[in-house]
Amino acid sequence: MQRVEQAFEVSSEHEIRIIRGSSGKHYAQIRNGAPFDIFLSADQLRPRRLVEEGFAVKSSLTTYAHGQLALWSRVDDLPLDREYLLNTDNYRVIAMANPRLAPYGQAALEVFSSLGLEALVREKLVMGENIAQAFQFAFSGNADLGLVAYSQALSPNMLGQQGSVWLVPSELHQPIKQDMVILSDSPAALEFASYMKSSAVQDILLSGGYLLPEGAP
Amino acid sequence: MLSQPDMAALLITLRLAATTTLILLLLGTPLAWWLATTRSRARSAIEAVIALPLVLPPTVLGFYLLLAFSPDGPIGATTAALSLPSMAFSFWGLVLGSAIYSLPFVVQPLQNSFASLGRMPLEVAATLGAGPLDRFISVVLPLSKMGYLTAAVLGFAHTLGEFGVVLMIGGNIPGETQVLSIAIYDHVEALEYSQAHWLAAGLLLCSFLVLLMIYSANRRFHLMKTT
Repeated sequence: MQRVEQAFEVSSEHEIRIIRGSSGKHYAQIRNGAPFDIFLSADQLRPRRLVEEGFAVKSSLTTYAHGQLALWSRVDDLPLDREYLLNTDNYRVIAMANPRLAPYGQAALEVFSSLGLEALVREKLVMGENIAQAFQFAFSGNADLGLVAYSQALSPNMLGQQGSVWLVPSELHQPIKQDMVILSDSPAALEFASYMKSSAVQDILLSGGYLLPEGAP
Repeated sequence: MLSQPDMAALLITLRLAATTTLILLLLGTPLAWWLATTRSRARSAIEAVIALPLVLPPTVLGFYLLLAFSPDGPIGATTAALSLPSMAFSFWGLVLGSAIYSLPFVVQPLQNSFASLGRMPLEVAATLGAGPLDRFISVVLPLSKMGYLTAAVLGFAHTLGEFGVVLMIGGNIPGETQVLSIAIYDHVEALEYSQAHWLAAGLLLCSFLVLLMIYSANRRFHLMKTT
């Protein structure tokens, strides 16, 4: 998002302020009058609910990216792949996001069930409130592995940090569709929404570990 | 009303608060006594360290504990060397975090209470031939009842309300590290507002009753002293 912000502010006369937080918290804040112009959620449920409840502009509801899931460890040069994950002797603690709260957590759960690992990893699971916390657990080494967002493993803040990463094949889970919706009638919000569809942003998303939604140019 | 995981969260929270309070009363007594009686120059520094959790955001404590618990952190390396299980994501890890977090709430009332005794009662007891332990048990403890009640209630209540530290080092494991404040947060995040209300209102009422109890006990105590 930082790179999108910088790129937008170069090309536009508007400035934006990014307010980070979990999708659930922002949903509650928006419903209670938070002065946000546009909501980029990590899921589809919450923007849709805001539209149904009349807090967001229906026609602006659109999927801006597909998230990808990665298996990550801070240990260098681990041969992370499907077999590594299947052999549960390889790890004691594995971190993921809470599936009730975060779409990446839901996807992680689907990966476990596609691989038939659900029962085997139950005792090894620790859950972050969101994907950032799941990453923190793995990053600090308290969890041996983490099922995190691929974008986190590629984050610019990670440069210089080694670690091992395996991009989890997308057929192991449902697509992680991330929606955005406009909340106000500010012209800057409209401009930003259309900017999110531009090729500049799509390049940033692709190199940042996201996939583009179907039908994107 | 309360689902099974919410019930488990309630029990874990009570167990955590009770364990932490007990440990803090045991460790806090000698510490508070030393602080109340010493003339050492180190006193101010120790007092400042104990008061740190009052001013620091709990996330600071949680973050450093998480690093300390990691395999190459000081606590993680120690537990690994003793082949003990890691403290991260465990009930005893939460106890350690809560004990640090609630330390000033137990030590400060005890210290004030010990300091207000003055030296007279102890010197009288000593001239009557009471040994140090006897003096502490039969003179200091009864005279510090109010201090202990305040310390226990504040320590307990403050641990009940703990969130930031648990969030950072807990890992949200039901029946092990998922406490009430986390369960409430989860309900809000998952848009389950009615369950969130049940727990939040329950905690609010509980905290109010605990504080009401201590303030009315305090009042009665002062009335007793003045009449």
